[in-house]
Amino acid sequence: MTHLPALLAASTLVHLAPVDFAIIVFYFALVLAIGLYLKGRANTGEDFFMAGREMTAWVAGLAFLSANLGSLELMGWAGNAYKYGILAAHWYWIGAIPAMLFLALVMIPFYHICKTHSVPGYLKLRYGEPSRALSAISFGFMTVLMSGINMYAMAVVMKVVLGWNMHVSIWVSALTVAVYVALGGLRSAIFNEVLQFFLIWAGALLIPILGLIEAGGWSGLQARILHNLTELNVPHQGAYTHLWSTLGNFGNNPMGINWIGIVFGLGAVISMGYWTTDFLVVQRVLAAKDLRSAELAPIIGAVFKMAVPFIVILPGLLGIALLRDPQGHLIRLVDAKLAWSPAGQAQGLHGYDEVLPLMLARYCGPGLLGLGVTALMAGFMSGMAGNVSAFGTVWTYDIYGALINKNASDVSKVKIGRWCTIIGILISIVTAYFAKGMPSIMDYVQALFSFFIAPLFGTVLIGMLWKRATSAGGFWGLFAGTMSSIGMYTWVKLDPGAVKYVALSLQAQDQAQNMFRALWCGLIGALVTVIVSLLTKPKTDAELANLVYGLTPIPKTEHASLFHRPLFWAAVVAGVFVILQIVFW
Amino acid sequence: MKSGGSLSIWFFIGVSMLVNGILITGAGLWELASHADNPVLRLNHHASIWWGGVLLIFGAVYCYRFSPARERARNAGTP
Repeated sequence: MTHLPALLAASTLVHLAPVDFAIIVFYFALVLAIGLYLKGRANTGEDFFMAGREMTAWVAGLAFLSANLGSLELMGWAGNAYKYGILAAHWYWIGAIPAMLFLALVMIPFYHICKTHSVPGYLKLRYGEPSRALSAISFGFMTVLMSGINMYAMAVVMKVVLGWNMHVSIWVSALTVAVYVALGGLRSAIFNEVLQFFLIWAGALLIPILGLIEAGGWSGLQARILHNLTELNVPHQGAYTHLWSTLGNFGNNPMGINWIGIVFGLGAVISMGYWTTDFLVVQRVLAAKDLRSAELAPIIGAVFKMAVPFIVILPGLLGIALLRDPQGHLIRLVDAKLAWSPAGQAQGLHGYDEVLPLMLARYCGPGLLGLGVTALMAGFMSGMAGNVSAFGTVWTYDIYGALINKNASDVSKVKIGRWCTIIGILISIVTAYFAKGMPSIMDYVQALFSFFIAPLFGTVLIGMLWKRATSAGGFWGLFAGTMSSIGMYTWVKLDPGAVKYVALSLQAQDQAQNMFRALWCGLIGALVTVIVSLLTKPKTDAELANLVYGLTPIPKTEHASLFHRPLFWAAVVAGVFVILQIVFW
Repeated sequence: MKSGGSLSIWFFIGVSMLVNGILITGAGLWELASHADNPVLRLNHHASIWWGGVLLIFGAVYCYRFSPARERARNAGTP
């Protein structure tokens, strides 16, 4: 192992060779070079915040997916797959594909035609300033927390795999992202997200390929999982490789959820809320050059999103099947809180979220290890850059420009945007240290989503499809939905028995609780929006032009060939999605 | 998508894959030449060589296809 000074901790999961360091250093140099190269094209608001609105469908689509494919996805969901089995794949299939197609076909026309800079910007146009302010402030709060989660997860990877001191990891990676986003704006973030997409696949794809060879294919993997979990006395062994068949009852699967929570809580509310209104991902689509590119971008993203379980969920399952200690005994990963406790460290325990680095160490020698580590870093970078660029846009347009300095010039907004990038990174670093105390990264993220995202989806969708929705209805619906979510979360924390009311079962685990909480607060928000709207005065048709169904001229596509129509490709993606549900039933 | 100059995003991707492919393939060949034997190598079937080769070829194709000279020629030909 190359000897480095006090930066390194005492022990490492793997030893990096000089070629691995060369690959990692090359990656950092390349992303900084891209930021420097693009600096000259980020001097106006449209260029810095919206990448000039000139992205092609492929670039916007890959960036749309890559902004979501952060270290949380790579590590957190591999860990969840180890913990819950193939049920974790629902977050990539029913928890993403219908929502992405819905965004493409139903909501993108309204976002694109009204030329908004952000989702809160749409709320301002549709409902007025109070709704925009509530959404922008809650989004700003959430996105820097999400950045902190990404940062912490990356630091864990670097500590486990490389032995790097967590403080150094946090600061080096965060400052790199700060530089290239502050220099090149959204265009730089998108360039690097597309690059990171390719690196993630190049670095992570070997694990499932080699793992399936070792396990004896999918059937061999299933048999090994069943055998190992039986040997370890883990309950619900048979549920780990079945997607739907164990969801008839809360007690039949390791997640403690039923199909209602998956379909309605995850599929209909949380995923719709995230993929259609989270500005982190929607911003990439808003940067598309025309309506057809904007519609195709989420569809292209959906194609690759469906394939992501191969590099994220499968390694988690392979971890159950294949991980053994040098003496040949099965390794059982545990909760992060136990793994990182002094007792856990003394026993050499590993947390669920370490399954991907462990599989990386199993199959990757010099060079491949460097690429795998770079892929993990790239996942982190794209998550960080996405959150920071989205935060900068929302802060600049929806908080600073709307509430603090309404006469701000374009030049001053770009300056504010660059400073927002730096300040956003610094706040994220603080939240990264806060996240160290959380037992599971993904459960924390899902709780955050349920506070803000689910109510926002209901408010935006009603606003797009129902012209009777009023400004007061939009604001109070959003407020009621958010408050009800926070209220339910607090209730369960104070009285754990309340979970039987919120999640309909005492056996519901954290993920299941988040699903049901999202469902209820989404319904509450929508109900309040409708009731208050019916009691208050609506806007005129002239005020709602280009914002709502029936008053927005959406270009027709009958003249385009079948293969050029977004609807055709959405149907193809939907068909493949259905086939996957059947294959892994 | 262009950057405004003559370097497209796909060229940067080509450079990344090409350089990584060269480094990884080289590391794999070094392992083969040194007759290394370890648990990782026994499980990965010399993946450094063949996977590195895939990345190298992919990167080379993208660097050629989206090279600055070809991009300039393409841009000059479009109205």
